[in-house]
Amino acid sequence: MSNQLNISPSPHIHGKETTEKLMYGVVIALIPAFIASVYFFGTGALIVTATSVISCIAFEYLIQRFILKKPVSITDGSALVTGLLLALNLPSNIPVLMIVTGSLVAIGIAKMTFGGLGNNPFNPALVGRVFMLISFPVQMTTWPVPSGFKTGYIDAATGATPLAIIKEGLKNGESLSQLMEKVPTTINMILGNMGGSIGEVSALALLIGFVYMIYKKIITWHIPVSVIGSLAVFTSILWIIDPVSNAGPGFHILSGGLLLGAIFMATDYVTSPMNPKAMIIYGCGIGLLTAIIRIWGAYPEGVSFAILIMNAFVPLMNAYIKPGRFGEEVKHG
Amino acid sequence: MLKTFPIGGIHPPELKLTTNSPIRQLPIPQNISIPVAQHIGTPATVIVKKGDSVKTGQLIASVNGFVSTNIHSSVSGTVNKVDTILDTTGYRQTAIYIDVTGDEWIDSIDRTPDLVRECNLTAEELTKKCLEAGIVGLGGATFPSHVKLTIPKGKKCNILIINGVECEPYLTSDHRLMLEKGEEILVGITILMKALSVDKTMIGIENNKKDAIEHLSRLSTNYKGITVHALKVKYPQGAEKQLIKALINREVPSGHLPVDVGAVVHNVGTAFAVYEAVQKNKPLFERVVTITGKSLSNPGNFLVRIGTPVKSLIEAAGGLPEDTGKIINGGPMMGKALNSVDVPVVKGTSGIIVFPEKESKRDEVKPCIRCAKCISACALNLEPFLLAALSEKGLFERAEHERITDCMECGSCSYTCPASRPLLDYIRLGKSTVIRMARQRNIK
Repeated sequence: MSNQLNISPSPHIHGKETTEKLMYGVVIALIPAFIASVYFFGTGALIVTATSVISCIAFEYLIQRFILKKPVSITDGSALVTGLLLALNLPSNIPVLMIVTGSLVAIGIAKMTFGGLGNNPFNPALVGRVFMLISFPVQMTTWPVPSGFKTGYIDAATGATPLAIIKEGLKNGESLSQLMEKVPTTINMILGNMGGSIGEVSALALLIGFVYMIYKKIITWHIPVSVIGSLAVFTSILWIIDPVSNAGPGFHILSGGLLLGAIFMATDYVTSPMNPKAMIIYGCGIGLLTAIIRIWGAYPEGVSFAILIMNAFVPLMNAYIKPGRFGEEVKHG
Repeated sequence: MLKTFPIGGIHPPELKLTTNSPIRQLPIPQNISIPVAQHIGTPATVIVKKGDSVKTGQLIASVNGFVSTNIHSSVSGTVNKVDTILDTTGYRQTAIYIDVTGDEWIDSIDRTPDLVRECNLTAEELTKKCLEAGIVGLGGATFPSHVKLTIPKGKKCNILIINGVECEPYLTSDHRLMLEKGEEILVGITILMKALSVDKTMIGIENNKKDAIEHLSRLSTNYKGITVHALKVKYPQGAEKQLIKALINREVPSGHLPVDVGAVVHNVGTAFAVYEAVQKNKPLFERVVTITGKSLSNPGNFLVRIGTPVKSLIEAAGGLPEDTGKIINGGPMMGKALNSVDVPVVKGTSGIIVFPEKESKRDEVKPCIRCAKCISACALNLEPFLLAALSEKGLFERAEHERITDCMECGSCSYTCPASRPLLDYIRLGKSTVIRMARQRNIK
């Protein structure tokens, strides 16, 4: 026998789960959405994704290596996930330098300034995206229409997203029924054949990722279901009250970044609440805020803002919304 | 749907390598050392001295106070010395060293293998028997059984729960005992029922022991009021409060005992020991111990005399492999790592596990990513990440407010943590500090 036995407190065994496995699990779950983005937006999607991923990882490396002078942890997959999520939230013809700027904000400001992985209050990819939306409003809201590999990068044919069509149309006094004829058919919206950020268009691809993450126990159902559910309930109520000027819940769920946000952005571990009760409140907050911004706000889409606003409430929720402890009250069966 | 507890829990690899190995008698070693504190409570008082000759089953240290129990010699021979010994917890304590000669039992023990069903003793007499025989909870907690059988005034017990869960990976001592000593366990249960004056007993067994469930179910038809229940395999189901919740859906309030919801829980091993004590007059001086590990050539279940050094057990299992990195007393989830193979087997030793070097080191600690998997794993719905962080920062008042003292240290949080954070280490630190603070408050 070896002379020295190892002594440590229990437990003496550890599960197979690791941070890396969880992060790469999210990456695997994003593959269908990535494939859909390449299918619909061609080279543009590839360039946007590659730029975003490479610059996010590079910035994390540079900051850890040269500014913080700490061990480099880029292999844990978290920068890769941020890069992918940022890319999937961008239009396919956005200039490369803008993506690099957005990545710097996402990793440099939203993540590393707060102490790196596990300490950031706001979702880094969304901070990057919203920074870009405010700084480059034109480029960030010019949406190439799906055209596969047929077109060039910057000069792709562009068109409005379904949400923008409705928003602008209603403002200009057009009726909803007229407008609904201009938006893509439901089947195209499910498949993703419409304008929008490269990763948000295909509901089907995102749902495959959702099922995978639930199956692999990477996330629980609470946040996505409460985001989608609360948005559906709220928009249904408005639609029932006034179907002439309000789109139905199906349209709201399938359009814009709702599914991408609900499944991949709102569920970010670091910036979402940690117990089921708080998760549901958080999810409902996102759903309601999204609907409010979409219907009454200045922007046609509000998922990013809704998630960031709810991110701000997470520390409060973690502190005051507690899981019901075992043995808290006497229960006789 | 199989019954189980509703909140949290994990399912580590079961690795029950010794399920099919029948219980064998471990040869009695040349020298043994019997610690006087093998139970929760006050250590027993030594009543032998150097040079005394003792017989197997003879009382050598007697009960000291209510929460305490008797200790008996497990061998016959001469007392070599009364000295300190490093025990399984890693602390030094008093032990009685005995040089073995032969194996001469005290006369009062009935050594025949015949099953004795009839029992005409009263509840008080039965409880007294348990104390005399030095019976403690053999699931690992080693709480003196006569204390558990004494229902506090004003409280009422209406159900006895028998713990045959054995939810720790690797361990199979209870499993083998249920298969080989089923009748004895059931008679032991009827004795416990009489002592508690209850007419209903539920035996809970996890569904990875189908043969034991079937065996006891069949036998239990001859015993009134005893039923066997298959439970879903989930750790920590063997924890008293979780088992009660799983079987009868009563939730023991925080800081209370099972008897507060009308239940008393005993382990199957304890039921067997009670049978032997009451029906055979045999004090508790031997028990079934699983000696296991992936690298051992001959793992198995052994009937071991208390005080036998762990070394002898490992030799019987084929010797200590070259690459051994860790030896655990108990299960891999809650057991304690041993720093020596000279420590004696005690009443609470349900298993010894040998880990190879590569499995005996912890993974590198990474930052918490707030994945909340520790909360999902906690069977008490505590927030382990928070309790650990508060303890790490010394914020003990807040940790107390977050109910750190409820933690039963099952280790599910540390097991689950993807970042390999030592959650339970910090929680233990915080918990002990909070308990100390509370004690000081009470003194003031």
